[in-house]
Amino acid sequence: MQYNHWSVHTDEENICWLLFDHKKASTNILSTEALTELNDILDHITDNCKAIIFKSLKKNGFIAGANIKEFVGRDYDAALALIKLGHEVMNKIAAMKCNTISLIHGFSMGGGTELALACKYIICSDDASTKLALPEVKLGIHPGFGGSYRCIKRIGPLAAFDMMLTGRAINTRTAKKTGLVDEVTAHRQLERAAIAYASKKYVQPKPSLLNQLLNNALIRGFIASRIRKKVAHKAPKKHYPAPYKLISLWQQYYDSPQKMLTMEAQSVAELVADKTAQNLVRVYFLQEQLKSAADKKLFKPSHVHVIGGGIMGGDIAAWCALKGFQVSVQDQDPAILAKTIQRAYGLFKKRLKSERLTRNAMDRLTADHKGYGVEHADIIIEAIFENSDIKKELYQRIEPRMKKDAILVTNTSSIPLETLSTCLKKPGRLVGLHFFNPVALMPLVEIVHGEQSDKKTLAKVSAFALHIDKLPLAVKSSPGFLVNRILMPYLLEAVVMYAEGIPAEAIDKAALDFGMPMGPIELADTVGLDVCLSVAQNLSQRYATAVPAQLEHMVKTGHLGKKNGKGFYPYKNGKPQKDKTASYKSCENLQQRLILMLLNEATACLRDQVVENAELLDAGVIFGTGFAPFRGGPIQYIHDTGKQELQHSMDNLQTVFGERFTQDNGWNLV
Amino acid sequence: MSKDKTVYIVDGSRTPYLKARGKPGNFTAGDLAVAAGKPLLMRHHFALEAISEVILGCVMPGADEANIGRVAALKLGIPESVPAWTVQRNCASGMQAVDCAFRNIRSGLSDIVLAGGVESMSHAPVLYNDMMVNWLSHFMMSKTVAQKLKTITRLRPSHFKPVIALIKGLSDPIVGLSMGQTAENIAQRFNISRQQMDEFAVQSHQRLAFAIDNHHLDEVETIYDNHGHFYDQDDGLRRDSNEKALANLRPVFDKKFGLVTAGNSAQITDGACWILLASAQAVKKHKLPVLAKISDSEWAGLDPAVMGMGPAHAMAPLLQRNQLTVNDVDYWEINEAFAAQVLGCRAAWMDEDYCKHQLGLDSSLGEIPADKLNVDGGGVSLGHPVGSSGARIILHLAKTLERNNAAKGIASLCIGGGQGGAMLIEREAN
Repeated sequence: MQYNHWSVHTDEENICWLLFDHKKASTNILSTEALTELNDILDHITDNCKAIIFKSLKKNGFIAGANIKEFVGRDYDAALALIKLGHEVMNKIAAMKCNTISLIHGFSMGGGTELALACKYIICSDDASTKLALPEVKLGIHPGFGGSYRCIKRIGPLAAFDMMLTGRAINTRTAKKTGLVDEVTAHRQLERAAIAYASKKYVQPKPSLLNQLLNNALIRGFIASRIRKKVAHKAPKKHYPAPYKLISLWQQYYDSPQKMLTMEAQSVAELVADKTAQNLVRVYFLQEQLKSAADKKLFKPSHVHVIGGGIMGGDIAAWCALKGFQVSVQDQDPAILAKTIQRAYGLFKKRLKSERLTRNAMDRLTADHKGYGVEHADIIIEAIFENSDIKKELYQRIEPRMKKDAILVTNTSSIPLETLSTCLKKPGRLVGLHFFNPVALMPLVEIVHGEQSDKKTLAKVSAFALHIDKLPLAVKSSPGFLVNRILMPYLLEAVVMYAEGIPAEAIDKAALDFGMPMGPIELADTVGLDVCLSVAQNLSQRYATAVPAQLEHMVKTGHLGKKNGKGFYPYKNGKPQKDKTASYKSCENLQQRLILMLLNEATACLRDQVVENAELLDAGVIFGTGFAPFRGGPIQYIHDTGKQELQHSMDNLQTVFGERFTQDNGWNLV
Repeated sequence: MSKDKTVYIVDGSRTPYLKARGKPGNFTAGDLAVAAGKPLLMRHHFALEAISEVILGCVMPGADEANIGRVAALKLGIPESVPAWTVQRNCASGMQAVDCAFRNIRSGLSDIVLAGGVESMSHAPVLYNDMMVNWLSHFMMSKTVAQKLKTITRLRPSHFKPVIALIKGLSDPIVGLSMGQTAENIAQRFNISRQQMDEFAVQSHQRLAFAIDNHHLDEVETIYDNHGHFYDQDDGLRRDSNEKALANLRPVFDKKFGLVTAGNSAQITDGACWILLASAQAVKKHKLPVLAKISDSEWAGLDPAVMGMGPAHAMAPLLQRNQLTVNDVDYWEINEAFAAQVLGCRAAWMDEDYCKHQLGLDSSLGEIPADKLNVDGGGVSLGHPVGSSGARIILHLAKTLERNNAAKGIASLCIGGGQGGAMLIEREAN
C-alpha cells in the first residue's frame, strides 16, 4: 500500500523497515495525518517478521514530536481525541511480539522520543547533534503519548523526572548511561547495528534494585513530595500545573500501567485546554515567527570582527566563535583581551563538554590586539564604551580599512544610529545589533534600523542573528529600543519603592510571584546600577521617565551592583545576600505598581510603533526580559486580565502616586 | 627571459619565548604555532588557498600532534586543500623548514610557503621505562584476579623510574655526551674561560633588554592563555644579570670541574616562529610586501662531540661560494646554544690551524665583530625552543637588516648530532 509520509519495506532478512519522511516539511513531525497512517500501517503489518525498525529519512533528525499547531485552541475533548490516537499507535508498537527498534540520528523530541520508548530497543548515532528530549513541560504540558510511564519504567524515576521536568535534551553519553538507549554507535554503523539487534532475543530488562525501591508504592509518596519541593523553586504550582500533574500520575498510578496511561491522556488534555499551555504554545510560535522573519541564506560571514573586549564585546565574540565562526576580538588593552579569552574558554568548556571541540573553538577565536581583523571581516560588531565621539572617531578610522561590502553593527543601547552614521562614507552599512547581558543566556537580539540603515543590510544582520542562534527582533531606532524602554520604568518603580523603605526582598518577591524569572532589584544589581542609571538618564531625555534620586545616590557612593559586590543587596561570591526574615505586609499593591508601569510603557511602545505589532512586542519582552512566559507577554496579559480593570487600577494608582501612573494613549490601541 | 627565481621573505611572527618552569607550560606546541601564525596571516590579504604548502620544524611534537605541521595548518584555518608537513633536524628544525620552503620556491614548485618552527619543551613527555612497559603488558594479559595479584607482587621501585624525553633528546646517543658536555669540549679546545662565557651571557641579557626597551622585537606577538594572562615579552630575560651572580652558579654537565652552567647556556623554553616566503611571481601577483630575500643556504657535518662548532663549518662554505669575506657581512645571528660554542666558532675562524685543517681553507677567515653578532640577544637570554630557534634567527636577522638599512646577513646554528646550518639573507639597501 502507498503512504504519503511513511514507506514500508521488508528486506530479504525479513526485517520490516518503517521509513519516515514527512511530506512538505523539513522535519518529521507526528501530525494527525502521519499518526493515522502509522496506525494503519501497524494494523496491516504482521509481527512474524524478525523485527520492525523505525528510521527517519530526514537529515536533521528522527522525529520532532507532535504537531504543536494542532493543539492550538483545542478544548478538552478535541485534545483528548488527538492524544488517544497517539496512545493507540504507541500501544500497538509496544504490543508487537517481534523486536522493535528505533534508529535515531539528530534530534528526537517529545512524541518522537515516546515512539522510541515504545520500542524494545533504541539505537542512536554518536553525532554531537544527536539529542533526546521530552520537552513537553516547556509548553505547559507533559508527555502524552505514553511517554511518562514508559520513560520512568525504562530509566527509573530520578533520571526520567530529570528529563521530563526540565525538558532538557540529553546527549548520547547520558542517554547510554541512564539506559534510555541500548546502543550508541557511529552514524555509519547505524544500520548494521539495527540488523544485529533485529535478531537478538529480547529479554525484558529488570529494573535496578534502586529503581525498584524508588518505584515502590510505599516510598513513592515521599519521593514525590521531595521532587515537588525541588520543582517549586523553578516553577510555582499556581503558574505551572504540568509538572505537578506529572508527579501525581506516577505517585498514584505507577502500579497499574493501563490506568496510568489512561490518566496521562486525560491529564494532558486538561493541560492543553488550560491557559498556561495555550500561552506557552503561543510563545513557542512567537519564537518561530521571529525566526521566520529572517532568511539565513541571505548572509553568512566568513569572518566576524568584534571591537571592544569588555563584558559585552568579549562575550559576543566568544558566542560567535562557539557558533562556529572565525572571530577576531579587538581591544587596546591586552589585559582585557586576556580576560575575554579566559571567559570564552569557560563558556566553551561548559557548552561543548569536549576537549577537542573546546580547542577547536579556541582556535576560531583570535585576540586581535592590533585590529588586523577589520580588513578581513564581513561584519564588524562595535561594542565599545558608550560615547558618541569615541565611536565616531573609531568608525572613521576603520571604514577605509573595511571590505567593500562589510557591515558595521553597533551594540549601542543609547546613541541614535542617525548620529553615529554621519561620519561614515556609506551610512547605510550601519545597523544596530543590540545584545543582552548575559549574552550566552539571552535569546533575543534587537535589530535596530536607523533611518539611514540600508534595507538589505538589515536583512543580512537578521540572517546573521539566526546563524548565531539568536532571535532577531526588528526595532525602530528610538531611545531604549523596545526591551530597555519597557523594562526601565518597572525597574525604576522598584527603586522608588526601595527609597520608600520597602525591603528589597519584598519588592523582588512581588515580581517573582507574578512569574518573573528574577526580581527587579536583583535584576538592577545584575545589570549594574551605573548601566541602569545611564539608560534611565538617556530615556528621561525623550520620555517622561523620572530618574530616582536613590539610584543616582547609590552610583555616586560606589554601589554598582553585582559586579563590585555592592548594590541594593550585598554580594558574596556573586550571590545576593537576601534577608530571609524581611517581611512586608501589603504586597498586593507592590505587584500592581511594578507590573502596571511595565504594561503602560508597553502600550506606549505600541503607540510609537517601536515594533511592527503587538505579537512582536510580546515576543520581544518575553525573550528579552524573561517576562513571565506563561502569561504570554504584556499585551496578551492585558487581553487576558481585561483592559478596563487594569486601566481602572492605573487611575487609582495615579491618585495615590501621581503623574507617573498616567495612562499612556497607547492603551486605546490594545 | 628566464623566470625570476628570487625567494622573498614577506613577513614573519613569533610568540614570546616562555621559559619552562619545571612543569608543562600553558601552551602546547600546537597552541604556540596558532598564536604566532594567526596575526601573521591576518596582516595579509591574499586568500589562504594561495599558500602552496606549510612546513613546520619541531623536534618533539606532543603525542597528539603527529605531523604537527598539518595540525597547526588546520588549527590556523588554512584550507584543507593546502598540504602541510613537519621537518626535524634537531636544533635546526626551524631553519630546515625555511630551507625546504626556499628550495621549493627557487625550483618553481611552490609560490607561497608558510614555514617555521615550534617547540614546547615544557611539554616534553615523561615516559615509562621498558621494565614498566613490559610489566603493564603482563598485567593486561593476566586474566584472573589471582594472576593479576601475582603480577602486582612483581612490581619494584625501579619500575617507576621515568624516562625524561627532554634529557634523552639533549644527549648524543653516538658519543654518549650531553649537549652541555660537547660545549665543555669546545671550551677545552679553544681555551675559553668561565669568565668569558659569563661575560657573554651578561651581554646577551643586556642586549635583549635594550632591544625590548627600544622596540626592536616587533616580530613578537602578544599571546593569551586560557586562564586570563597575556604574554608580550620573552620572559627568560634577567635584567639584573651580572658576572658576579653568574660566577656563583655550579656547572651542570661536568658537575664538579666543568665550566658550562645554566647561566651561560640557552634556556629551556617554549615558543613558535613562522615566516611567510614567496616567489617573485607571487609577490607581484598578490602585491605582497618584501622584507628580505634568501640567497643561499648550507649544511655541514662534523664530530658530534663538538657539535657546537657547526656554524663555523656551515658558514665557511657559504662565504666562499658567494665570494664574500667576513667584512662583507653586515649582521650575524649565531644561535646561542651555549656561550662556549658561539665563542668557539668565533675563535675557530681566527685560528689559522683550525681553518686549514678542519675547514679546508688556505688561511684563517678573520674575526666576526662582536657588535655585529647577535645584536639583540640570543638563546642565553631569550631561550632556545629547539625546533623554533632556526626560524627565529632568520626572521630577526631580516628585521635587523631592515632596521639598519643593511644589505647582508648570515644566520647559523649548531645542531645536536654534529651538524651546522647557515643561511645567507640579503636585502636591497635603500
